[in-house]
Amino acid sequence: MTTAPKRAIRWHIGVFLAPAVLIYTAIMILPLVGTLQLALFKAVNQVQTFVGLDNFRTLFGDPNWSVGFWNALRNNTWFFVIHMLVQNPIGVMLAALLSSPKLRFSAFYRTAIFVPTVLSFVIVGFAWKLILSPLWGVAPNLLDLVGLKFLFSPWLGKESSALIALSLVSVWQFVGIPMMLIYAALLSIPDEVIEAAECDGVTGMAQFWKIKLPLILPAIGIISILTFVGNFNAFDLIYTAQGALAGPNYSTDILGTFLYRAFFGFQLQIGDPNMGAAIATMMFLIILAGVCVYLFLVQTRLRRYQF
Amino acid sequence: MTKKLLTTLLGGASLLATAGIAMAADATLTIESWRNDDLSIWQDKLIPAFEAKNPGIKVTFAPSAPTEYDAALGAKLQAGSAGDLISCRPFDKSLELFKKGNLADLSALSGMENFSDTAKAAWQTDDGKSTFCVPMASVLHGFIYNKDAFDKLGIKVPETRDEFFAALDKIKADGTYIPMAMGTKDLWEAATMGYQNIGPNYWKGEEGRLALIKGTQKLTDPDWVAPFQELAKWKPYLGDGFEAQTYPDSQNLFTLGRAAIYPAGSWEIGLFNTQAQFKMGAFPPPVEKAGDTCYISDHTDIGMGLNAASKNADAAKKFLTWVASPEFADIYANALPGFFSLNSTPVKMQDPLAQEFVSWRGKCKSTIRSTYQILSRGTPNLENETWVESANVINGTETPEQAAKKLQDGLDSWYKPAK
Repeated sequence: MTTAPKRAIRWHIGVFLAPAVLIYTAIMILPLVGTLQLALFKAVNQVQTFVGLDNFRTLFGDPNWSVGFWNALRNNTWFFVIHMLVQNPIGVMLAALLSSPKLRFSAFYRTAIFVPTVLSFVIVGFAWKLILSPLWGVAPNLLDLVGLKFLFSPWLGKESSALIALSLVSVWQFVGIPMMLIYAALLSIPDEVIEAAECDGVTGMAQFWKIKLPLILPAIGIISILTFVGNFNAFDLIYTAQGALAGPNYSTDILGTFLYRAFFGFQLQIGDPNMGAAIATMMFLIILAGVCVYLFLVQTRLRRYQF
Repeated sequence: MTKKLLTTLLGGASLLATAGIAMAADATLTIESWRNDDLSIWQDKLIPAFEAKNPGIKVTFAPSAPTEYDAALGAKLQAGSAGDLISCRPFDKSLELFKKGNLADLSALSGMENFSDTAKAAWQTDDGKSTFCVPMASVLHGFIYNKDAFDKLGIKVPETRDEFFAALDKIKADGTYIPMAMGTKDLWEAATMGYQNIGPNYWKGEEGRLALIKGTQKLTDPDWVAPFQELAKWKPYLGDGFEAQTYPDSQNLFTLGRAAIYPAGSWEIGLFNTQAQFKMGAFPPPVEKAGDTCYISDHTDIGMGLNAASKNADAAKKFLTWVASPEFADIYANALPGFFSLNSTPVKMQDPLAQEFVSWRGKCKSTIRSTYQILSRGTPNLENETWVESANVINGTETPEQAAKKLQDGLDSWYKPAK
């Protein structure tokens, strides 16, 4: 009876994995676990006490919290829907235009459209607040020049329009990302496929809808999930443009600003890290659910084309 | 013999002198503050004035950024590295520090008798038994107006509400000026410069505020709904697109001379003096009928306490007694027009606009903002809700009654007044 020669322990696997695992654990996993843990505690007489799911019961059962939470979730969903309906189609359209070989100065357009993405939120928020300002903004003046002044209203100050206006500002800022990703996907379509299509008489718009679009669907899927994660983690734009109370009348309150007020407090409201952690946990679960739906239901069904 | 005596004396004197220096080196006080704007005032005026009178005590003013102050101070107190003297935010933030044992009890400090009960309320336990910070300054609310505009339109300073609205109508009819510079975008303008500014005249200042805390009055009572009703009437007098007008927008509208009346806090005085190119005046919130008692919001804003862990407690107490003195009040209030001393001894103000503001203390009754003491401890937070509701009322998206009911319902959900 012979024993199989003992395989050498493959140390290199561990060694090569270690840096990434350590860094990821230290800056992602530990804080995440810390947050989840914090959500299960409550300060009773300034001592952290384990209370199980009590914070979540408060969040969903106490109308003082639940109304705010559902309102934030609703606004956040609307924020996401606007991005999906406006940002991504425009991104696809821009990418299609840019990849057209007849377009001149395409490098310039590409850069110009991408620039806002690298701008700081503070600049974007402040600049748009000024542009839309009814007092000194360019928006009312520009509309006045073309005789459409009556269309102007203080959008950022109205409950009905503030969230839409801010969503569109965010779309303006981030439209460069879907554009770039789709542009890259379009460029990677082999010429043979296009030529074959042309031989079969599929040209122009039909070519885009029947040949190119199916080929870039996986990229659109990735963009949708990036938009989803980005939108449900959003905070900065609302905070810089509307403040932590996300006025008017909480109409622009999204999960990020709701979390901020709960966790850090605002003005006379004293921060409650435990409730804040409970909200952060909910945000984590919502995003996790969304990503799972995408990974297991959408991505597996997307057909991949190998060339 | 005489020579020997002289040497001994000299020797003794020099010994004492060195001892003096050694002591001076020991007592170095550090002040924690969020008012980094005031650094030069402390370094050039206040600290030299104190050190000149108290040789042996050195004082350093070490401010941090306003937004970081509370967190930084908390961390320093925990680590034991916080300064000896601590600038106190009003109400709960400082009360919490006192309860944790970070702030020493100063009820017995000499100089405390220079302050009224209202002035001290911001830094007292709820039962009023212990005081833990020396009140330094408060801000007053009222209206600042463009004197040139008033003269041009022949409007005299309104005293009653009818005169006030008549003046607004006149300015509006003339059309040169926006009648009132205020926006609702930042929310707090509507609450602080609006509701808390005109409110005390309706709820009778302290009387109403304390009754609210006691539970004998409710926010849905006529006296508390009325200020919302007046705010709702302001809407037509505000500038175009006031819904998206921010606080700096309002300041600029007024200082550029485009608006006639500015619902103000006295902290604006310093900035307005440097920016406005026209003459300004101020009037207190108008009362219902001429001769009615007027009430003003005289809101305690900043105080100074003693770090309970300070190693130089005696020197620090000496400093605090000085902070409580009329001399400090005089230097401080004149260096920072708009931040008024809370000292019972009236301070002679040099700035005419500040003088006008402070003169109301003589004829009107002072109160503090109704939402600050005790009532903003729970969820929903009454102060923050008042911001939102005041803006809603001015925007016209809610009626005054709805707003008041919402506030009272929110308060009822957690606040049970002691019976």
